[in-house]
Amino acid sequence: MSDTETAAQQQWAFHGGLALPGHKQISTTAGVQNLPLPEQLIIPRQQHIGKPAEPCVSAGEHVLKGQVIAHANDYVCTPIHASSSGNIVSIGKQHVAHPSGLKGTCIVIDTDGKDEWIKLEPTGYEDMNPSHLRNLIREAGIVGMGGAGFPTFIKLNPGIKENIDTLILNGAECEPYISCDDMLMRDRPDEIIAGMRIMRHALQAKHCIIGIEDNKPEACKSLYDALGDATDITITRIRSHYPSGSEKQTIKILTGKEIPTQGLPLDIGVVCHNVATAMAVYRAIELGEPLISRVVTVTGSAVARPGNVNALIGTPISNLLDFTGVDYGNLSRVIIGGPMMGFLLQNRRSPVTRVVNCLLTYSHDEIKPSQPPVLPCIRCGECARVCPVSLLPQQMYWYARARDFDKVQEYNLFDCIECGCCDHVCPSNIPLVQYYRFAKTSISEQEQDRRKADVARDRHDFRLQRLERDKRDRENKRKKKLDALKKSKGDGMDAKQKAIQDALARISKKKAAQNTQPGNISNLTTQQHQLIQEVEKRRARLDPFDPNKKSDHQNENNQ
Amino acid sequence: MATNIDSSPPLTPKTSVSGVMLQVIYALVPGVLAYIWFFGWGVVFNILFAVITALVTEIIMLRLRHRAIMPFITDGSAIVTAILLALALPPVTPWWVIFIGIGFAMVFGKHLFGGLGYNPFNPAMLGYAVLLISFPIEMTVWPLPDMLNETPLGFLDSLIFMFSGNLPQGLSLDGITSATVLDTVKTELGRNLMLSEIYTKPIFGTLGGKGWEWINIGFLAGGAWLIYRRIISWHIPLAVLGGLFIIALLFYIFGAGGLPSPIFHVFSGAAILGAFFIATDPVTASTTLRGQLYFGAGIGILTYIIRTWGGYPDGIAFAVLLMNMAAPTIDYYTKPRVFGHSPDNSDRDDADE
Repeated sequence: MSDTETAAQQQWAFHGGLALPGHKQISTTAGVQNLPLPEQLIIPRQQHIGKPAEPCVSAGEHVLKGQVIAHANDYVCTPIHASSSGNIVSIGKQHVAHPSGLKGTCIVIDTDGKDEWIKLEPTGYEDMNPSHLRNLIREAGIVGMGGAGFPTFIKLNPGIKENIDTLILNGAECEPYISCDDMLMRDRPDEIIAGMRIMRHALQAKHCIIGIEDNKPEACKSLYDALGDATDITITRIRSHYPSGSEKQTIKILTGKEIPTQGLPLDIGVVCHNVATAMAVYRAIELGEPLISRVVTVTGSAVARPGNVNALIGTPISNLLDFTGVDYGNLSRVIIGGPMMGFLLQNRRSPVTRVVNCLLTYSHDEIKPSQPPVLPCIRCGECARVCPVSLLPQQMYWYARARDFDKVQEYNLFDCIECGCCDHVCPSNIPLVQYYRFAKTSISEQEQDRRKADVARDRHDFRLQRLERDKRDRENKRKKKLDALKKSKGDGMDAKQKAIQDALARISKKKAAQNTQPGNISNLTTQQHQLIQEVEKRRARLDPFDPNKKSDHQNENNQ
Repeated sequence: MATNIDSSPPLTPKTSVSGVMLQVIYALVPGVLAYIWFFGWGVVFNILFAVITALVTEIIMLRLRHRAIMPFITDGSAIVTAILLALALPPVTPWWVIFIGIGFAMVFGKHLFGGLGYNPFNPAMLGYAVLLISFPIEMTVWPLPDMLNETPLGFLDSLIFMFSGNLPQGLSLDGITSATVLDTVKTELGRNLMLSEIYTKPIFGTLGGKGWEWINIGFLAGGAWLIYRRIISWHIPLAVLGGLFIIALLFYIFGAGGLPSPIFHVFSGAAILGAFFIATDPVTASTTLRGQLYFGAGIGILTYIIRTWGGYPDGIAFAVLLMNMAAPTIDYYTKPRVFGHSPDNSDRDDADE
């Protein structure tokens, strides 16, 4: 045992949390199976946090496996790749797996069965500049695969920090039922470790720790074996205690440091990535493969052969359910993610994305026909006891319900990680997290409205100012004129008369200026002279300001 | 959680409100049995009549407020309120006293504030305080424990007394009742008697009042079980008893034996029942763990002050009500440090606004 290993073995506890039954063995009896190539792939352009990628193919086009089909046109964005070769059928709204149940823009590909790759360009990383490395990782479309989907290249950028103290690979996988990371660690420990070394290179991190919950001894052993005698990475078993896999809690357990509120792990010199992300990084750099597939756990009581499947991004979820032998007659619902933080699947044609880690099925027998009623909060405080960020959930509930959003923020609503521990223990069955989500959304909306109102108010203020200024200017002008008039009055002359005379003088001056002879009439033919004279006559007749013609004109009118 | 989108927690919660209340009732059993053992059938009738009155009142109030009846009638909270109030009454209480006490507790203490979860005051203690102020005589005549009572009231006699106020031929209320030990200590100390003289009276036992020691040990056992079952946390009971013990100890030492010992205070009156079952009512207590310590200690200290210098022999009810008022403020100032915040929470989201 090296020094670093024993040092990193020290662990810190976090407040609250729950010891939950794991239910992992349901899906870990068989290895990861490859799903047969689906006939159609539905690839959403939004599979990460940030701006959606911009499709750069059109219907009818033939694409190869790994070809970019949507570009990243913003910093917080990653490109999207075709998961298999085939023809683009359409680009349009399709059902996607999202809590809102709204549709999202997807690129639909009819696969041709050849599964033909583009030319892959493995690069290696040892001599590579970290910035270039990050760019390659971005081009490979890699995002956090633990569920959040934050673009990985951003989290591999140490920013203004010279280097990072600790790089953590999160293999805790603390939510019940989910076992895709567990299976990856068992099956692909070499790739995970290689991926971690690439990440370390990008970050120039000093220490590397892989944290694994102690209910996954096989995964732990497999990683130990793969690591061999190398001492650059420490593998730490942590207590199986939900939510140890939440980034804030994982970092606290392994380093004792707390991410400051509203801050980033980077602020305390730590970066945390998921083990599956590390593997994707390895494949992108060493094999040149973009992220086009992921391991998904299909489990729960309604599947006949629960397990983990390797599915192409864009595979309809119904394909996975068919493959694992779901008894549709007895299937009550499918949850995307785990039982604590997951959400209900609304349409089974929704595709697997980079962040879909688990399909949890429930049979009809499991769901009680009558729900326990939601009772008033009795302030038992059980929620506060289990809150992993030491909030007072019952107070937040109280104020969220009353829509007192200032107060609910005073109770640090935005530190809530929505882990669902409070929901789980509430004796009154209050859906607490829903109230917090409601409050968070309402506050963001208010914030937006406020910003809009600020802009509007600024504009209004500016307008008032401008009007005021114009008025002042006009007033000054008037005053000046008045003063001038007063002065002229002093000269003993009728001011009005003088103004008229002045005006007349101005006009005649103008007239005189107009009477200057044009320069191009010197060498004209007589015909042209005649024409000019006719024109002059006509003009003179029409010109009301010509004093000679005026009387004529009037006479004409009088006649 | 989002899985509740059609509201069904996939992992069923371990406890429910009725589960909590049921366990509280179980935990009361040893103390209640001891109470019945020493004070006879009157205790049983008090509890039964109180529970029935409470349930009927609850149904009427729910109906008047247009609320669903079943989920609330089965939550058990009315039963717990009734039992706690019944345990605070003398075992020879006329039915109308119980009726008024429970009625006040349920209507004014609970439903006028919005029912379960919304009442700022402990309803049982509110009912008790109203009775103590309104009917001081009925509320302070305690029967002698059966072992000191030559003619304890039987099953039927208790029932008849409760509803008609008539005692069996040849018995007078004075003959079968006496003041409580706390009351006795208070009056006799007022008459400048020494504690050693007072303790020679037959109603005094080793730790507190005769019989009461066992009743309180029963409540203590039930309370310990509740803590073990994690229905309540240890903070409030420890703080109540600790606060009472420490202030009693200070005055016991500096009072040079002129005042009762801390052990006597803890094992007399409603201290243990109050610490484990009344002060821990989650609705009206402080909810932060640190706040619960202040809340409990406040009850303990106020109880001692009322017992020693106040106008009433026992002070648990008033101490609880006073601290109920303080609970929201205590909660506000004892918020735990949130993850990622500095120790004084000064970097709260709103701090920069």
